[in-house]
Amino acid sequence: MKLPSFKALLLHPFAKAAVFGLALLPFCWLVLAALTDQLGANPAESLLRALGDWTLRFLCLVLAVTPLRVSTGTPALARMRRMLGLFVYFYAVLHLLSYSWFDMGFDFDDIVKDIAKRPFILIGFSGFVLLTALALTSFNRAIKLIGAKRWQRLHRLVYVVAGLAILHFFWMRSGKNNFTEVYVYAAILGSLLLWRWWYRVKSKPG
Amino acid sequence: MSIHSSRNDFSHPSPSEITPKRVYEERRDLIKLMAAGAAGAALASWASREALAQGAVGARPGKLAALPGAKSGLAGAATMEKLTDYKDASSYNNFYEFGTDKADPAPNAQRLQISPWSVEVEGLVRKPARYTLEDLLKLSAQEERIYRLRCVEGWSMVIPWVGYSLSELIKRVEPLGSAKFVEFVTLADPKTMPFVGSKVLDWPYAEGLRMDEAMHPLTLLTFGMYGEVLPKQNGAPVRLVVPWKYGFKSAKSLVKIRFTEKQPGTAWNKAAANEYGFFSNVNPNVDHPRWSQASERRIGEDGLLSRKRKTLMFNGYEAQVGQLYAGMDLKKNF
Repeated sequence: MKLPSFKALLLHPFAKAAVFGLALLPFCWLVLAALTDQLGANPAESLLRALGDWTLRFLCLVLAVTPLRVSTGTPALARMRRMLGLFVYFYAVLHLLSYSWFDMGFDFDDIVKDIAKRPFILIGFSGFVLLTALALTSFNRAIKLIGAKRWQRLHRLVYVVAGLAILHFFWMRSGKNNFTEVYVYAAILGSLLLWRWWYRVKSKPG
Repeated sequence: MSIHSSRNDFSHPSPSEITPKRVYEERRDLIKLMAAGAAGAALASWASREALAQGAVGARPGKLAALPGAKSGLAGAATMEKLTDYKDASSYNNFYEFGTDKADPAPNAQRLQISPWSVEVEGLVRKPARYTLEDLLKLSAQEERIYRLRCVEGWSMVIPWVGYSLSELIKRVEPLGSAKFVEFVTLADPKTMPFVGSKVLDWPYAEGLRMDEAMHPLTLLTFGMYGEVLPKQNGAPVRLVVPWKYGFKSAKSLVKIRFTEKQPGTAWNKAAANEYGFFSNVNPNVDHPRWSQASERRIGEDGLLSRKRKTLMFNGYEAQVGQLYAGMDLKKNF
């Protein structure tokens, strides 16, 4: 009784708009906090970190879509996948932008030096480059242009992005020797990947 | 003040007519203060004027017991830069015993018991002793010292500390000739410090200075800030402040000061020797292995859109402390 109503909700014409609005909430909250000086003693740092956190959270969400869809038999969830994927990119762009702007003052010399100096930034930046490729090929015609098989192979890079994101976060935290949050995200992403592997093995004939 | 013409070469002022150095320095400070005040008004920055007024007349945040300090006459001890807001200085802290996030210490440190408190002074000294906090507070006259604080993470503050030169205490205990280093051991109480069980660092947190660094008049044994006793998250009831070194050298909540012949092990050096040296002098030319130390963000002042400021050699105290390191390779001895 409950599940069908949830499915019906997902199929509602406004469902996508509602998810869109929800996904935009963290952004609105951060803008409001920045404008009203609610970001604490070091606003640049808290903004940068919050945007990184939200990128990682949306990455977990988008990778949870398929396991949830299959295990709960809710095909309507697939409607949300591309939008959530683009929100990963949205927050990643803002994360990179706030680093380049608030931390480096758009000094490209300094940015290039910083990327070379700090491996964790290089790792984060590589993840961003891969995400860009996925975002640029996220529209329907791209699938036709590239070919469905190759498109799917390309978009499997999201697993590499997940690995890079965790490494980026791990390396950033290594100065503080404080990995609890890193392990939580790694566990979530790890179990989502594990589910996929298990599902593939299970659904193979023979 | 009398005016003398050059035609009258042999007429020198009598000693009583010469303006004493302290007086004219104070006049200059007053002029600088007024100039800074005017600039503040021109920028319509009320916060800046308020901070300047606080530094000048000692208006207190009104949170804790007053601990007044006389304005220090020591060179380098009264920077005219805008003070960091008390709120920022007491809510953005690194004090790992209470958590690794900079927002953790302010709420978590309130369980710390700071009374009774005593500091054991031991090791290679003629007069080892256990000082109660009350003894220490009146061991020498309390001074207000306005220092820049540069964190190894790349941010900085300007804080009016209250305390006196550590050398005052060192002289009392009469170090032996064999004492080459001073070790500072801080409280590690698992009952009140939630992170003292964690593997982040070796507890208790310990720091160290070379004897000449410890004896330098800028090295401050600190009991207060902003005209009041130290907030717990800032290292109450007594801490060290070494303004030309990265902040982690300035150990908090001291319980033991030990004089040694060998260089003592220090907390961050033990955790990552390639990243945190024993000296850890602020140096824009020696980067941390994982980030640049060339610039810093001044908390509360460098807003979201302003560029970070350049970090100064020895955090701007090169004139006062540079000679301590004459001839040393600061890239090797980072």
